[in-house]
Amino acid sequence: MEKKIELKKDIIYPCDVVKFVNFKLKLESGNSINNFQIKYKTYGKLNSEKSNAILICHALTADQFVGDPNPVTKKPGWWNHMVGPYKPIDTEKYFVICSNVIGGCMGSTGPKEINEENNLPYALNFPTVTIKDMVAAQKMLVDALGIKKLFSVIGASMGAMQVLQWVIDYPKSVNSVIHIAGALKHSTQNIAFHEVGRQAIMSDPNWNKGNYLEDQKPERGLAVARMIAHITYLSEKALYRKFGRKLQSRDIISFGFDADFQVESYLRYQGKTFVDRFDANSYLYMTRAMDYFDVTNILPKVMKFNSEDNNHIHYFIISFTSDWLFPTNENKEIIKILNKAGKKVSFTEIVTDKGHDSFLLDEPEFIDVVAGFLESNFKIIKGS
Amino acid sequence: MDKSAKSVRKDWLLIQKLIEKNRKVLDIGCGEGELIENLNKNKQSDTKGLEINGEYVRKAISKGLVVIQGDAEKDLYQYDDESFDYVILSQTLQAMYSPKSVLLEMLRIGGKVIVSFPNFGHWKIRLKLLATGRMPITEKLPYSWYETPNIHFFTIKDFQEMCMDSNIFIEKSIGISESGRQFEINEKSLLSNLIVNEAIFLLSKSGIEPIKIKSKTLVSSGSQAIQV
Repeated sequence: MEKKIELKKDIIYPCDVVKFVNFKLKLESGNSINNFQIKYKTYGKLNSEKSNAILICHALTADQFVGDPNPVTKKPGWWNHMVGPYKPIDTEKYFVICSNVIGGCMGSTGPKEINEENNLPYALNFPTVTIKDMVAAQKMLVDALGIKKLFSVIGASMGAMQVLQWVIDYPKSVNSVIHIAGALKHSTQNIAFHEVGRQAIMSDPNWNKGNYLEDQKPERGLAVARMIAHITYLSEKALYRKFGRKLQSRDIISFGFDADFQVESYLRYQGKTFVDRFDANSYLYMTRAMDYFDVTNILPKVMKFNSEDNNHIHYFIISFTSDWLFPTNENKEIIKILNKAGKKVSFTEIVTDKGHDSFLLDEPEFIDVVAGFLESNFKIIKGS
Repeated sequence: MDKSAKSVRKDWLLIQKLIEKNRKVLDIGCGEGELIENLNKNKQSDTKGLEINGEYVRKAISKGLVVIQGDAEKDLYQYDDESFDYVILSQTLQAMYSPKSVLLEMLRIGGKVIVSFPNFGHWKIRLKLLATGRMPITEKLPYSWYETPNIHFFTIKDFQEMCMDSNIFIEKSIGISESGRQFEINEKSLLSNLIVNEAIFLLSKSGIEPIKIKSKTLVSSGSQAIQV
C-alpha cells in the first residue's frame, strides 16, 4: 500500500494534524506503530528561506497548546507568556511548532486513541514509547512541513530530554538548542517518584488493567499521582512561602482528616483538575518514557565521533537553583561532556526558590536570557 | 571582579595584540564578554568564556556569545588538554584561592596563557605601607583589607619567581605604568617592579622540558647515567 502524508486542520481541536498513512514507525522497543498521527500547533510564518523555525518540545503533561488557550481546560497555553507576537519567543519573527508527543493524550496517536485494527482504544496494547520515538515522530512532522534545519529546538524537563535526543539523532537538522532543567538520565529518585504515581493509578479499581470506561476512569489514582508529582515540581521553601501552616477555611484544626491545611487543599485541587485533562494510561506511558531515558554513554560518543555533524550547534543549558528534580549538578554533567568535546556550549543557573516549575513561571532573568539567546543567534545565522 | 570598570580596559588592547588571527581562545572571568566580542571581531578568533557572575553571563549569552557560568578554580578540569591556543585570565589571579593551580590548569588546557594583574610592588604602594603602616588602598586596588576580593597580593618579582620554580616559560611580559605608558618588563631590572602598575604576561609550558621518550634505555649525560 502506498505511503501518504496528509497535513490538515484537525476537526476535534483547534490545531493541525499530520497523518502518516501506511507508514510503519519503528520503535526503540522493536515494536512499531502503523498509521499514526501527530497533532500540532504552529504560530507565526515560515520565512522564504525556511530558516526561522523553532520546535518546542513539551514536558510530561503538557501539549501542543503552548501559546493559545487550551481547548480542554480553557486556560491560557502552558507557555503563554513566552510564545506569541513580540513575546520572548516572538512569533512575528519565528515560526513556532509545538506537537503533542506520540503516546500523549491530546490527539496524537497514544493509548487513548482508537486502534483502527479493532476499533477499540489502544489502552495497554499501545507499545511502549521512548523519548527517541517521540523525537523520531517529530522529525517526520518537521520533514513533512518541508523544514530542513530548525533554527532552534527548545524544551524543559521531558522536553529537555527530547532536545538532547534531537542533538544525538538529527544534529544536522538543528542550529541551536535550549535545554532547560533536564539531565543525561532520569535519576533513581525520579524513577522512584514515578513508580509511586503509577502504582497509585494501577491500584485504583477503576483502572481495570487499562481498560477503563469513559464514565468510570481511575480518577482517584491519577489525582494521587499528580499530587505526588506536584510536590516534586516545587521546593520546600516555595511551599512554605505560599502556605506555611495556614489553615483552610477554618480557625482551628478539625482533629480529623479533612483538608485542614491550605497545602492539602491546594494539592487536592491540583489532583482534581488534572484528571479532567489527562489520560491515566498516557500518564503511565509518559512517565515510563522518562524513566527509560539515559544518554550517559551515547552523548559523549556522538560528540566525539560525529563531531562534523554537531560542531555548528550552539548548545544552551539552563538550570534553576531550587530544582531538586533536575538539579544544577545534573545539568552540568551535560556541559562537561560538551566542553570535553570542545563544543559551543553556554550555561547559566537561575537563582529562584520556585523549584523545577520555574520554567513555567514568570522568572524575568530566565525569560530575558531565552529571548536574548534566540535574538542574537538568529542574527548570527541570518548574517552567515 | 567588576569587569565593567573602565580601568581594566587598557590591558584588553594589549591582550588582543598578543593573539594571532583565527585562534581558539578561552577568556576566564569574561564578564559581559567585551573582550570576547573584540577578539571575535578583530582577530576572527573562536572565543569562549567562563564567568562566575550569573548576571554578566546572561548578558554575554544574550549577545550570542558562548559563555558558561562557572568557577575557574573548580571548572577548568572539564576542558581537554590543549583544547585552546590561548587561555586568558585578566585581573583575577589575585582573587583566586590557589592562583598557582589555576595557572597550571590554564597551561594544561591552552598552548599559551595570558595573565594580567595589578603589581603590588609599585613604589606608591610600598611607600604607603611604609609611611602609614596600613594596607594601601589605591585606584587599582580600591578595597579595605577586610572586604577585598583580592586575597593574594603579589609583585612582578614574585610572579617571575613562581614561573621559574614551576617550570613556566615567560614568553613576553609587558608593563603599564600609572601614566599608561607601555614597555617590556626587563627581568633583571628592579625598576619595572617599582613603576609598573599593571602587568601582562604571556606564558607557555617551559621549552626546556626534556622530551618524554617511552624507551627505558639509559642515556649517559655527563658523568651521570639518567633514565629518560
